[in-house]
Amino acid sequence: MKYAMLINYEPGHTDALSEDEFKAMFAEYTALRDDPRYIASAELQPIETATTVRVQDGQTLTTDGPFADTKEVFGGYYVFDADNLDQAIELAARIPAASLGGAIEVRPLVER
Amino acid sequence: MLASLVGFLGDFDLAEEAAQEAFAVAAERWPRDGVPANPGAWLTVTARNRAIDRIRRERTLAAKTRQLEVPEATMDELDDTVIDDERLELIFTCCHPALALEAQVALTLRALGGLTTEEIARSFLVAEETMKRRLSRAKAKIKATGVPFAVPPDHLLPDRLDGVLAVVYLIYNEGYSGRVDLAAEAIRLGRVLVALMPDEAEVHGLLALMQIHHARRNARFADGDLVLLEDQDRSLWDAEEIGAGRTALERALALRGRGPYVLQAAIASLQSDDEIDWPEIAALYEQLVQITGSPVVELNRAVAVAEAGRTEQALEIVDGLHLDDYQYLHSSRGELLRRLGRPVEARAAYERALELARSERERRFLKRRIAEL
Repeated sequence: MKYAMLINYEPGHTDALSEDEFKAMFAEYTALRDDPRYIASAELQPIETATTVRVQDGQTLTTDGPFADTKEVFGGYYVFDADNLDQAIELAARIPAASLGGAIEVRPLVER
Repeated sequence: MLASLVGFLGDFDLAEEAAQEAFAVAAERWPRDGVPANPGAWLTVTARNRAIDRIRRERTLAAKTRQLEVPEATMDELDDTVIDDERLELIFTCCHPALALEAQVALTLRALGGLTTEEIARSFLVAEETMKRRLSRAKAKIKATGVPFAVPPDHLLPDRLDGVLAVVYLIYNEGYSGRVDLAAEAIRLGRVLVALMPDEAEVHGLLALMQIHHARRNARFADGDLVLLEDQDRSLWDAEEIGAGRTALERALALRGRGPYVLQAAIASLQSDDEIDWPEIAALYEQLVQITGSPVVELNRAVAVAEAGRTEQALEIVDGLHLDDYQYLHSSRGELLRRLGRPVEARAAYERALELARSERERRFLKRRIAEL
């Protein structure tokens, strides 16, 4: 079953890390891509680069900033093909943001 | 039987329908042909075969089952171990942490407790429709997200078992406040868990704790009023149930259990003695505090310390706690101050407790304490 892992964290969540800790964290993100169950991933640029788009009555409306006005921001995602939810949860728990005050939302993909 | 079917079919609703069909067939045939030697196995086999027939007829369901090519089940294959293993899997599935706690509770009562949706709804004072929705949403999530129907692997088992025990204990505590049925149901679940996981000390510990508490329930209230442990009429205690609880506790201790449920059960057992060993109870509470870090447990330790004769020390402990909105902190403080001959402060503490009291019974009790000052 394919699962999306949506990574949410507070901006600045890596500020307190030393250079070595940061390198180790980065290595973890990379290592997850080597997992045989890996399908896809992407890291999004910071929240300051966000633009929100809506269309009302055929008119395109754009606003500066992210969709959700929350302390935590959506920063990126992974997609894995795991056997079951427990496996997916274990993978999600390896995502470094989860250990740095962030939260990973795990949701199965719609598969047609 | 339901556990076996859910495991086999990977689908709660399908399993329930198959089970009902099997019962209908049994109701028809057994009076005529006699009850089979192993009724449980007969029902399970019949239900499985009916389910297989139905699935073969309805192709669209094929994707939902875990095994497409299934040989017809025979009586020889099914034995108690298979059924037990699947019941264990069912418990862990119902109590999966991805489900909301209230869903875990409802699902456990429905799938393992065998309560009807209406009965569960009544127990938790919600409308039947609400409970129906809660159950179907939980089942839908299990299916949609791939919650595995399995006993968790070793490295996940301790946390997951904690979750299962927490659900059973929650069910027990709902019963504790007056709805006796749920308490008995929780104890029954506890016994099922012990039968399925006899080597887990905390499982025995939880059963022991529930049984010993349950045994004292008839003495807890007199004329609708709360009766403290020391004032309880012990002839109203169920001696047999206390005995059963102590047996479970002994097994837990033999397994070297020192976890929170075992400790609480040991405390409950000591409190049921004719001569209560309060220093020992205080020591057990100290161990419990170290595990849980809970200020409420520390409060209970303070009470035990006071009962052991060290009232000043107990008050010091209580005054160090940050539980200002907890009524029992204030009622305990009131009692300690009363014992130390400080009635003015005692009254103030009891009155604070009265402000926080949530039931009429508790209010009456506290008013009596104030009047007695």
